[in-house]
Amino acid sequence: MLEVFTLFLFNIIVYNIPLLYGTTGEIMIEKSGSLNLGVEGTMAIGAVAGYLVGVKADNLFVAVLVSFIASGLVGLLFSFLTVTLQANQNVTGLTITTFGVAFYYFIGNALANSEGGWPRMNGTKLAEQSQALEIPGLSKIPFIGEALFSHGILVYLGVIIAILMWLYFNKTVPGLKLRAIGENPGAADSLGVNVTFYKYAHIIAGSGIMGIGGLYMGLNMGGTFEGSNCWINGYGWISIALVIFANWSPAKALLGTLVFGFFNTLRVQNAALAYAFPNALGWLTKIPSHFFSALPFIITLIVLIASSLSSKKKSGEPQAIGRNYYREDR
Amino acid sequence: MKKLISMLVTAALAVTSVFALAGCNSANNGGNGGDKASNFKVGAIYINSQNDTSGYTYAHHHGITEGMKKIGLDPAKDLYIVDNVPEDDEKVKQAIDQLAGNGCNIIFGISFGYINAFEAKAKEYPDIVFSHATGYLSNDKNFNNYFGRIYQARYLAGIAAGYKSLELKNNNIGYVSAWGTEYAETCSGINAFAMGCIAVNPDAKISVYEISTWGDQQLERQAAETLIDTYGCCVIAQHCDSAQPQIVANEKGVFGCGYNSDMTKEAPNAHLTAPVWNWDVYYATAMKAAMEDPASFMTKVGNYYEGLKAGFVDVAPLSSNCTPETKEAIDLAKNMMISGEWDVFSGVKLSFSGAAGSVGVAKADAALKTNDGTEIVAAGGPSVDDGVIQGSMNYYVEGVTQVN
Repeated sequence: MLEVFTLFLFNIIVYNIPLLYGTTGEIMIEKSGSLNLGVEGTMAIGAVAGYLVGVKADNLFVAVLVSFIASGLVGLLFSFLTVTLQANQNVTGLTITTFGVAFYYFIGNALANSEGGWPRMNGTKLAEQSQALEIPGLSKIPFIGEALFSHGILVYLGVIIAILMWLYFNKTVPGLKLRAIGENPGAADSLGVNVTFYKYAHIIAGSGIMGIGGLYMGLNMGGTFEGSNCWINGYGWISIALVIFANWSPAKALLGTLVFGFFNTLRVQNAALAYAFPNALGWLTKIPSHFFSALPFIITLIVLIASSLSSKKKSGEPQAIGRNYYREDR
Repeated sequence: MKKLISMLVTAALAVTSVFALAGCNSANNGGNGGDKASNFKVGAIYINSQNDTSGYTYAHHHGITEGMKKIGLDPAKDLYIVDNVPEDDEKVKQAIDQLAGNGCNIIFGISFGYINAFEAKAKEYPDIVFSHATGYLSNDKNFNNYFGRIYQARYLAGIAAGYKSLELKNNNIGYVSAWGTEYAETCSGINAFAMGCIAVNPDAKISVYEISTWGDQQLERQAAETLIDTYGCCVIAQHCDSAQPQIVANEKGVFGCGYNSDMTKEAPNAHLTAPVWNWDVYYATAMKAAMEDPASFMTKVGNYYEGLKAGFVDVAPLSSNCTPETKEAIDLAKNMMISGEWDVFSGVKLSFSGAAGSVGVAKADAALKTNDGTEIVAAGGPSVDDGVIQGSMNYYVEGVTQVN
């Protein structure tokens, strides 16, 4: 019966790590004072580009690199539009979402209609390399070992990125400068920080990280293309909500992903829990599944309200977010 | 100046991507009017994009184009399409007006929610034949509905699953379903599949996981994993859009029955067979009748509800994962349904026995009962009405449990 719990824990991680990529990527961008609503589209482009080149090259490392670069290019476009040309960030972000998802379907449908069809990853090295790696020793811990330490390499990479990003923001000089730009670009500029360069670099890096999350989702779905159902499936939007949930901290993003993942998994596994423990948890099946689907969003809403009400706790929201920095306005 | 340039670039990007997303929303495949090979024009309204490469719209688009080729029409010239039309009366009416303006002689609507717009517009355009899939409304002049006895194919797939469960000595069979008893379409499919399983393996237990949406790859995947890992299922059948349940079965070393298309290519080591539609069978019949004499369409074609007999539904070629007895047993059952000697939801049950090469089928009178013991058809009684299978079936038969 314990397997049900192990499976539950395993599923929380396996299906929700893409949120961690999206959230940490978005946090990096927002810390530079830009609000990028294009997460969904950026992830879709990274996913499709990384997957296709990865299958061709038959190598997971190449796939990750290409999805980082492809999404980074989308980030470059966003930076060019909003930093150099001073376009409205909300409109640009939404446009990138529309563009990215349409690009995904465009490439996918074109390939699926072509002679060779959509490339499959059955039996390729790419499939082999994205399989679960058991961390020696740790994966043998009873109950949680298999759930926590037996995952594909991209799961661990996501966690490592979140930790490194936390260190970067809090323990390094460039991280400090970046946060200064997010709070008050004029002040940072007057201290000699190259605002434009910092914004470009972090928007591109943040977008690249999102792309890896998209690739992970594609690999997780066995790399099959569906003409009516995108791999990203709304996770980009949830990531944006999780940024607020995490109060703009990559470390808390890890926590937020797990909390969100818990409710997300409960939606699917409630029946299994009730089946394994009919007396203690049998009531779970009495609740309509739509309630479970809505629960993660209700939780986000509650966190939002709670964080707005508490006057003591300092919000991590960058003060200059969403406003373009124009030097002559200073 | 900078502002102006940036606004222009953003606007340009927005416009391009809107076009990319919408595909060619209202564009038609039809050519330039003047040089038509024939005067007969076909209109079609799709819920998704005509460029889809899998799924529901693709299946119908493929059926319409193949059907047209069969009767000598050229889809590139004679087919007019309005796609990405949501189930909204106003939008559907606009689409119909557009197709009527193009001079279409017959208009197909593939989604259930088009029903009211089709009924209203059929009155407005008495010279055009209106044909609506999966609905229940019609009139006696120019408006019919069409659907198929897919439950017959599901029964056959159930036979394949039943033999596999016997071979594996595991009576647990899983079924990932978009909906449960809410829709007769999903409900009758689950029941027929279960009865096919039980005809081979009387101890089979069918566990249904309802995902409450027609398509969501993530959910379909997780539902299949739950059925395998928690409920110990050895075969996973499905009624949902993507091939995820089959892919999961493949990964976990169990077996499965897909739906809509032969999913052996997605799950080479797992897939047994899949119930499939041959929509071109209906489309060719309907277009031919409307071309010859639209006035007699409702007497010649009428409300169309065909199955194995017309070749409208079938099972995909059996894969090498099937047990050796499967093909013989499926052929026996198929012939009984084609000849009309027997049908699934009746008071007579089939049971298959014997080794490969000498598989036999026995008929026995037994009441059709729901899983809580309510009798639907008495032992030896005739099949339930088509109306029940199409519209009002809302119970599971013996052997089926919904897990969530």
